[in-house]
Amino acid sequence: MRIDCPWCGSRPLHEYAYSGDATTKRPDAERDADLSVWMDHVYLRDNPAGLHKEYWHHVSGCRSLLVVTRDTTTHLIESVSLAVQPSKGGKK
Amino acid sequence: MRYSAGSLLRNALSGQMHWRKVWREPEPKSAYDVIIVGGGGHGLATAHYLARNHGITNVAVLEKGYLGNGNIGRNTTIVRSNYLCPDNIAFYDHSLKLWEGLSQDLNYNVMLSQRGVLNVFHTPAQRDAMIRRGNAMALQGVDAVLLNRAEVGKLVPIIDISPDARFPVLGGLLQPRGGSVRHDAVAWGYARSGDAQGIDIIQNCEVTGFAIENGKVRGVQSNKGPITAKKVAICVAGRSSLVAAMAGLRLPIESHVLQSYVTEPVKPILDTVVSFGAAHFAIVQSDKGGLVFNGDLDGYNSYAQRGNMEVLTSAAACAASFMPCFSRLRMLRHWGGINDMTMDGSPIITKTPVKGLYFNGGWCYGGFKATPTSGWTYAHLIANDEPHELAANYSLSRFETGALINESGSGPVPGKH
Ligand SMILES: Cc1cc2nc3c(=O)[nH]c(=O)nc-3n(C[C@H](O)[C@H](O)[C@H](O)COP(=O)(O)OP(=O)(O)OC[C@H]3O[C@@H](n4cnc5c(N)ncnc54)[C@H](O)[C@@H]3O)c2cc1C
Ligand SMILES: [Zn+2]
Repeated sequence: MRIDCPWCGSRPLHEYAYSGDATTKRPDAERDADLSVWMDHVYLRDNPAGLHKEYWHHVSGCRSLLVVTRDTTTHLIESVSLAVQPSKGGKK
Repeated sequence: MRYSAGSLLRNALSGQMHWRKVWREPEPKSAYDVIIVGGGGHGLATAHYLARNHGITNVAVLEKGYLGNGNIGRNTTIVRSNYLCPDNIAFYDHSLKLWEGLSQDLNYNVMLSQRGVLNVFHTPAQRDAMIRRGNAMALQGVDAVLLNRAEVGKLVPIIDISPDARFPVLGGLLQPRGGSVRHDAVAWGYARSGDAQGIDIIQNCEVTGFAIENGKVRGVQSNKGPITAKKVAICVAGRSSLVAAMAGLRLPIESHVLQSYVTEPVKPILDTVVSFGAAHFAIVQSDKGGLVFNGDLDGYNSYAQRGNMEVLTSAAACAASFMPCFSRLRMLRHWGGINDMTMDGSPIITKTPVKGLYFNGGWCYGGFKATPTSGWTYAHLIANDEPHELAANYSLSRFETGALINESGSGPVPGKH
């Protein structure tokens, strides 16, 4: 498996570290006091057989965090994007 | 007598084509008392103990493929009970005791070989952890022996114990009663015994949905049509999330592939099951002579029953560094199985919010050794609608209450066991 990093191009798997499901959203510590919301975020997963949106960290490359959409039954990658869009820099 | 020297000879001469079938191939009836979804080791063991311990025989095991296609036929065959958490020690040692009597119970040779399981360590911190583990085991009456470096070298001379090894060996924790079991024989033995007690084992029957009315299960849909049942018990290992989702449940589980590898066969050279302490690696020699080993999970969600090259390379590097005499062996095959990895590394045997629907899964990559007691306690739960005391803490609710059973004492990552 190779992942096409938006900065570095197609790079081999061993340069990347996997960080799991990218669809779970960390609850707001101030507002979401309900434990079931936290249970959902910390433990429960859809774990689909098919397209899965997941984080990959290009640790041995540009160190960007990527969101990859991959088929868990074939490992074919549908899309790769940056988890955080870079700021434009310069004056705001 | 089913088998004799005479029958062996007769069948050898007739091309092995006329052996009597070991279990029936029934079509499903329209209704059962209990349906077990999944005919892996755990499903088949559950069926056997439902009949043997609880007298419940109006049971069907529905298996979507052939018996043994899943992890029961793909694992590295290691059995042991050298755990740290009290719940796990009690559960897995009960299982080891059942293994010790299983060939007699099933009247089928599962080829248990108690050759000892040795966990080697390389640092003082690892040694402290192993001593703690050994003491935890001893407190529950489980056998654990601490070995120093020279004793490791004496027990397994092919381990590189020299001070200039890449990861010098300090010692090891040995469980003499641990060992290996012929995995397919376990599936076949439980299947034969369940069948003989009247249980229908139905292959090529995939469950595609559940019939649920007013919060109570009424049966299943399958590719062989609807089948009704008073109770339905899920037992599908790597496909746990998918099958549970058909009943509206979300689980604290991810599916990950683990690979195993086997080399060309050689003469007996390794008579102990050994794990390396510097990386994830365990090795055992099979009766055919092949060295069977495994390493890490590939490390990302997968339902593809095959593994990648990176992990293969690293497992092979472990073999060569730990036991240098294996460096020139040729690899014959490698394969993968899909493991249901829980967030705390421990299994789940539980009732569900749907009445009459039970769930058994989350075995990570350590569930082969658990097969007998998994079936024993799951059968108890199904028969009595109350958990067996050995599995009471393997509930689904532990993730809500915080009563995790976390062997490695680390955060919620689906990569441990
Ligand atoms: C490479 C590898 C090495 C391992 N090594 C060890 C080891 O050394 N020691 C150890 O203790 N454990 C080991 N394990 C773990 C162990 O094999 C598993 O935890 C255990 O086998 C899982 O339980 P099972 O036997 O019931 O699973 P399986 O045999 O996978 O059974 C599940 C069954 O459910 C069926 N199924 C799925 N969906 C449906 C459906 N919708 N309808 C009907 N049927 C369905 C599947 O076809 C399958 O046959 C290893 C696993 C792997 C993959
Ligand atoms: Zn990059």
